[in-house]
Amino acid sequence: MSHELLKVENLQVGVEDKVILDKLNLTIRSGETHVLMGPNGAGKSTLGYAIMGHPQYNICQGNIVFDGDDITNEPTDVRAKKGVFLSFQNPEEVPGIALGNFLRVSREAVTGEAPRILKFQKEMRSLMDSLEISQDYAARYLNVGFSGGEKKKSEILQMLMLNPKLAILDETDSGLDVDAVKVVSKGIRQFRNDKNSLLIITHNAKILDGLKVDYVHILVNGTIVHTGDSSLIQEINEKGFQFFEAGGVRN
Amino acid sequence: MRAFEEEKTRVDDIDRTIYDVKDKVDAAFTVDSGLTPEIVNQISVEKKDPEWMRLFRQKSLHTYNEMPLPGWGPSLDGLDMDHIVTYVRPKTSMSSKWEQVPEDIKNTFERLGIPQAERLSLAGVGAQYDSEVVYHNVRAEVEAQGVVYTDIESALHGPYAEMIRKHFMKLVPPSDHKFAALHGAVWSGGSFVYVPEGVKLTIPLQSYFRLNAPGAGQFEHTLIIVEKNAYLHFIEGCSAPRYNVANLHAGCVELFIGENARLRYSTIENWSKNMYNLNTKRALVEKGGAIEWVSGSFGSNTSCLYPMSVLKGEGARTEFTGITFAGKGQTLDNGSKVIHAAPNTSSRISTKSISKDGGTCIYRSSVVITPEAAHSKSSVSCESLMLDSESRSDTIPVMDIQNDESDVGHEAKIGRISDTAIFYLMTRGLSEDDARSIIVSGFAEPIAKELPMEYAVEMNNLIKLEMSGSIG
Repeated sequence: MSHELLKVENLQVGVEDKVILDKLNLTIRSGETHVLMGPNGAGKSTLGYAIMGHPQYNICQGNIVFDGDDITNEPTDVRAKKGVFLSFQNPEEVPGIALGNFLRVSREAVTGEAPRILKFQKEMRSLMDSLEISQDYAARYLNVGFSGGEKKKSEILQMLMLNPKLAILDETDSGLDVDAVKVVSKGIRQFRNDKNSLLIITHNAKILDGLKVDYVHILVNGTIVHTGDSSLIQEINEKGFQFFEAGGVRN
Repeated sequence: MRAFEEEKTRVDDIDRTIYDVKDKVDAAFTVDSGLTPEIVNQISVEKKDPEWMRLFRQKSLHTYNEMPLPGWGPSLDGLDMDHIVTYVRPKTSMSSKWEQVPEDIKNTFERLGIPQAERLSLAGVGAQYDSEVVYHNVRAEVEAQGVVYTDIESALHGPYAEMIRKHFMKLVPPSDHKFAALHGAVWSGGSFVYVPEGVKLTIPLQSYFRLNAPGAGQFEHTLIIVEKNAYLHFIEGCSAPRYNVANLHAGCVELFIGENARLRYSTIENWSKNMYNLNTKRALVEKGGAIEWVSGSFGSNTSCLYPMSVLKGEGARTEFTGITFAGKGQTLDNGSKVIHAAPNTSSRISTKSISKDGGTCIYRSSVVITPEAAHSKSSVSCESLMLDSESRSDTIPVMDIQNDESDVGHEAKIGRISDTAIFYLMTRGLSEDDARSIIVSGFAEPIAKELPMEYAVEMNNLIKLEMSGSIG
């Protein structure tokens, strides 16, 4: 049975003195794939950061409930442990810790128990192969010197290894060549099952290849102005966001 | 806005427990505090100085009295020379067997891991306690190669007396600065190393300096001569328990590196936080030779330390790799100096500093490329990380390039831990503490890995990063 996994209610989010999101409502049930689209600067990434608890994004009103718990004031690592994951648009470079070690430490942090080394390595190697990441990247510092495509694949690898209940993918396809988008898209399909959920922020339908999209939301000026099914993607491509922004269609 | 909890300390202070064990002060002989010709003469008598040395000390004292304090750098107001005891002789003479070292002193070195390291990974060990060397030993096979490793006092009276006289404070003359003059007047202890031509020591020698007496100074002299085509790795370590009165360390290190010879000089300085560490180190490098400085600076109240390389011969090289960690109440003003005095010489300075809890790290360096040093190369890179908003970091690099055919590069970065990087790691389930630890250790790692093995381990204990699981 599907249940409400994420419920964002009447959310207002500000950075410093500026309100970025306002009166935003979003419900994602387990087993659903949601796509969030909208013009640049509408607040799409902000929603991802707010759900994940970025300290610079201040929640002024409303709340975020995940899997039945109010996580509005929980620190980021607690949210991660509850099963929320965010794939970054610009993943940070962190010298000093190798990707493979980082995956192990993260897995331990999220699950609360140390993974069995051999089993873990086998799993990691197989996923790296499937994402076409060279094995020697496991020994390289996290994202340091990775190309744009490699960074995004590293995010998908982390998602697969941490197996969250909800993965938020923030423009994981941006800046990738066609082949890399295919690999990332394959990784997303590999992750998806009937219990977990996805919130995909994108401008591009290619990443959605082979995925059953349940809902498409249009975010304009800090709030969701329209929600529809996957046919909405085609409509956006034809009419542009301005049409929806102007209130051309009402739910 | 919910900010990161600023008041929490994520990176532990250096764990000083093993360093802070104080022995009962039980010296055989102590001079009065302060500095007078009589006190300096008393040191000469105690140490059975040859006449030239007795005169050298008096002349240095005169220079000391004439010279002003440096007009730059950190404040030395907490240092009152009238209250520093310049000579404290422990109640033992130098031995080459640990069993003969008095129990309490031996236990101190045991706690610091010195005899264990000697058995496992060193070719020879010297251990100084307050003003005198209490233990000196070198492996027989090393001695058989003609390597000399002893205290300076023995060398002054033995077959190397002339060699000492020829080199002693020639590279760092007492007139260099006030604390060099002080060193010339009251120096005691330290090591003399001689590596003959062509001898390459594959395992290091190590001297460890321990200052136990409160309000005292340590003024050891290290003189190393590495002849043509020879190689040596020398390690020095220092520590002291904490007292409420200021202690002073004004040692002097003079290194002579022959043609195509190489010396690696590693230091882990972990003095207590009442220490003024005003040490002078200098290397003279002949044609094709190389000096590699590796330095970890963690202790002291105030440190002014700028090891200098004089690249005298064509193609001589120097590398300086250093890390400084300043916590609460510490001002660590560290860096390096290089003089390129011959063609095709090269220098590379690479430092990192971490400051936290209001600590101050200052990077200060000077690179001079003389008109004679055509086609020389120099690269300087210094990076600082501040862990909180009270901590400070300054960078003062000076470059004086006097010919057009040389190649110089300089890169400086001062930063704080990126909140986004912490957030990124926390989205993967890591606590804020662990996220910070990873970032700090990642910052330090390129330098830390240059430290000698046993000290890399020690550094991990020193900057006790609380990491979950084993992070590589």
